[in-house]
Amino acid sequence: MRKLLCAGLMAALAPLGAETIVIRNATIMTVTKGTVKGSVVVKDGKIAEVGEKVLEPQGATIIDAAGQYVIPGIIDCHSHIAVDGGVNEGSVSVSSMVDIKDVINPEDISIYRALAGGVTTANILHGSANAIGGKTIVLKMRWGKDAQQMIFEGATPGIKFALGENPKRAGNPQGGGRGAGAQTVQARYPATRMGVEDTIREAFNEAKAYKAGWDAYDAKVAKGEHPIPPRKDLKLEALKEVLEGKRYVHAHCYRQDEILMLLRVADDYGFKIRTLQHVLEGYKVAKEIAAHGAGGSTFSDWFNYKMEAVDAIPYNAALMQKYGVVVSLNSDDAELMRHLNTEAGKAMKYGGVSESEALAMVTLNPAKQLGIDNRVGSVDVGKDADLVIYDKYPLSDYAKVQKVLIDGTVYFDRDKEVSERPAKEAQKKKLTDQEKQLQQQQRPQGGRGGRIG
Amino acid sequence: MKKLVTALLLFGAFAWAESPQAVAIRNAKIVTVSGPPMAKGTVVLRDGLIEAVGENVPVPADAWVVEGEGMTVYPGLIDAMSTVGIPSLAPAPSTGAVSGRGGRGAPTTAAPTATTAAPTPRSMGPEDRPQTASWVLAADEIQPTDPRIATVRSAGFSTTVTFPERGIFGGQGSIVDLSGAEKTGEMVVVPAVGQYIALARGGFGGGMGGGFPGALMGYIAYVRQIYLDADHYKLVKEAYAKDPRGMARPQYDRALEGVLDSRRILLPANRVVEMDRMLRFAAELKQPVILYGMREGYRPEAAAVLKKYNSPVLVSLKWSEPPRDADPEQEESLRTLENIDLGPSTPGLLKKAGVPFALYADGLDQARDLQRAVKRAIDAGLSREDALRALTLAPAQIYNVADRMGSIEKGKIANLLVTKGELFDDNTRIQMIFVDGKQFKPADEAPAGGRGMTTDNPGVNQ
Repeated sequence: MRKLLCAGLMAALAPLGAETIVIRNATIMTVTKGTVKGSVVVKDGKIAEVGEKVLEPQGATIIDAAGQYVIPGIIDCHSHIAVDGGVNEGSVSVSSMVDIKDVINPEDISIYRALAGGVTTANILHGSANAIGGKTIVLKMRWGKDAQQMIFEGATPGIKFALGENPKRAGNPQGGGRGAGAQTVQARYPATRMGVEDTIREAFNEAKAYKAGWDAYDAKVAKGEHPIPPRKDLKLEALKEVLEGKRYVHAHCYRQDEILMLLRVADDYGFKIRTLQHVLEGYKVAKEIAAHGAGGSTFSDWFNYKMEAVDAIPYNAALMQKYGVVVSLNSDDAELMRHLNTEAGKAMKYGGVSESEALAMVTLNPAKQLGIDNRVGSVDVGKDADLVIYDKYPLSDYAKVQKVLIDGTVYFDRDKEVSERPAKEAQKKKLTDQEKQLQQQQRPQGGRGGRIG
Repeated sequence: MKKLVTALLLFGAFAWAESPQAVAIRNAKIVTVSGPPMAKGTVVLRDGLIEAVGENVPVPADAWVVEGEGMTVYPGLIDAMSTVGIPSLAPAPSTGAVSGRGGRGAPTTAAPTATTAAPTPRSMGPEDRPQTASWVLAADEIQPTDPRIATVRSAGFSTTVTFPERGIFGGQGSIVDLSGAEKTGEMVVVPAVGQYIALARGGFGGGMGGGFPGALMGYIAYVRQIYLDADHYKLVKEAYAKDPRGMARPQYDRALEGVLDSRRILLPANRVVEMDRMLRFAAELKQPVILYGMREGYRPEAAAVLKKYNSPVLVSLKWSEPPRDADPEQEESLRTLENIDLGPSTPGLLKKAGVPFALYADGLDQARDLQRAVKRAIDAGLSREDALRALTLAPAQIYNVADRMGSIEKGKIANLLVTKGELFDDNTRIQMIFVDGKQFKPADEAPAGGRGMTTDNPGVNQ
């Protein structure tokens, strides 16, 4: 019976296969084509039709969303959830050999919670402990699937860079013990912002030489020769991909001077910065950012939590956008991730962007930044049916997510979630009681010879 | 009965004297594992091998006779993953209260315990080969004087698959018969069975100062880089061997030599997520793999994942337990509660799903603890036969030595376990253990300080 219940819970968690769905009577905020009252038809995991009057396919599952709102699935361009065993390979200043893809944890409850907050896609980043961090991956929040099935198929992989206080290890530049009895932490270069720039340049000098070696090899092979290939170096391989434009750079940064520094370094070495992350002083150098073509992924109003964040203003998103930067609002946090809709709402309050523009900052714009806007980011025919149904106006604190679809499959359903809670609670109580009972039984016997367990 | 006691006393007295050439155990119940059990039969051991087994086997004239009335004979148990035999890997220092049985030989010269101790200089990347001892063979580090040998033998183990578990590439495991021979080499059945790989440094990767690697993804990247390097190394070496003239001499790298010599890898996996991750990883590395740990092996998804790759797994007998001295107010997660409740059903479910598996003691080296742990698996659905198999023939098959051990068959190594009562029952007493034909009696009180595997928490990679 116990086993049965367990299996039953598992089955309940697994989403049903993609079916034909019609969401009726909804207020649909398409992001690209304004707000429409009507229906969305979902077929084969894609959006088949959007409009006031649609052709409802026979046998379609009907979701009546009268009085409710539909928006495209929220996309978080900066998250660290669903990662096993640490988000920082902070032992070295260039850790481009490591890959988030290797340590995806599809069972992280934060995925489900993000889903319940309307997030359908997230850019999972390595931490900011080092100038050049690890490789990153875009995931869809397909709760219940395995690690590989979470990966946003076809999305260009990325790499994390970081500038400023974190990579130069503010507060501990000289090394030294960490807490009582801690091993001595040796100082790690760099300890200054100058050093961060130097670290990145050095890494790319190395990567260029590495690339030249492989290019020479490839040329020989093309001529029909059989040379011994160069050694494959995972650290430099990732940077070679950056140089070749096959891997996006997502750079953690705060201050205007370091932002300009990084853009110059990228120009020098002939690669692009895909997104500037946090970029709290972006409003000061928005023109330069736009000229480089980098996106800006920032916080709505999170600031002053460290020295390099004191010059942040809540108008940053709106101001960067005004200068032509593609701007998204991110969470960088498992909790904030659950209400990115209200983060978008703040951009309307501070900076006066329009409703569609604000919503785009958590949907279409991050999709553009991640190079997946052909697939997701708006309610348009042909795009993936990643949709969120809210009970109230989505850019408000009062809105609650009712259902979330990914690829046309319902992955979160508030009613189902709430109705299943008692069964889970009961199961947990049963096991807890059982465990307590066992412990009580064992106690009077005392130690079994003293050396147990 | 009197006769029996006499025989036993006699044998006890001779346990560390010269063992007889031939031994015959007659009129005993014989559980061969490879075939049906015999209600009453005879096993003849000679020169360390099983000479004959059957219901009507004559007792040779020169054989010492053990009256097996009321006793059951099993194949000697095999611990599929252990550190026994390498004293430096036992965390607790030996108390010295060791019974002399088995330790006949004078202590061999001190083993090179420092060969693979954690490297002191801070590793700055894969090229520094952090925590790597891939070239070390357990067979070269075995010491017959390790007190744990007598302890686990008293629990019924005639054989351990011992791994030098020191680091990410811990070294290559060896199959070792716990015969307490004078020369270590006599104990070794197979010197190299596979590379032990761990993905944590005895805890959670901090990554901020301990050197590379620090995070799980760093460990994985390191292992991947090593295999890329090994491929390249092989290529260059072969090219150089073919025609060294005009070619730069390839640099000798013992880490890569060790990796290339390894016939399979052992990877940690407790959670289903880890099983999926590690099996994918092994496939990417093109290495035959054995997973160890299996804490969540009872989950329905686990069997599905394991079935897909059809790799054998080693299931730890150290079942999940509620944390000791936990805050009583602390609420356990449903997953933890399920692990505690359902963990022991893992072997039975794997059997049903057709996943090849063996059990390993994982530090449970006292007979009582081991029997209780196995009993829990039996109570949770594993048949007695399958439990026995998972500690005998199954590990022998997994390590490709079923042609010489794991069951009571003519010609196989004379490793036997003789009990009074059914194995894995609470009141069962182990009467004697034969290892390579040599007889041992279980120590009444196993020496303290003998426990302790280093895989206390295998696969701490979360």
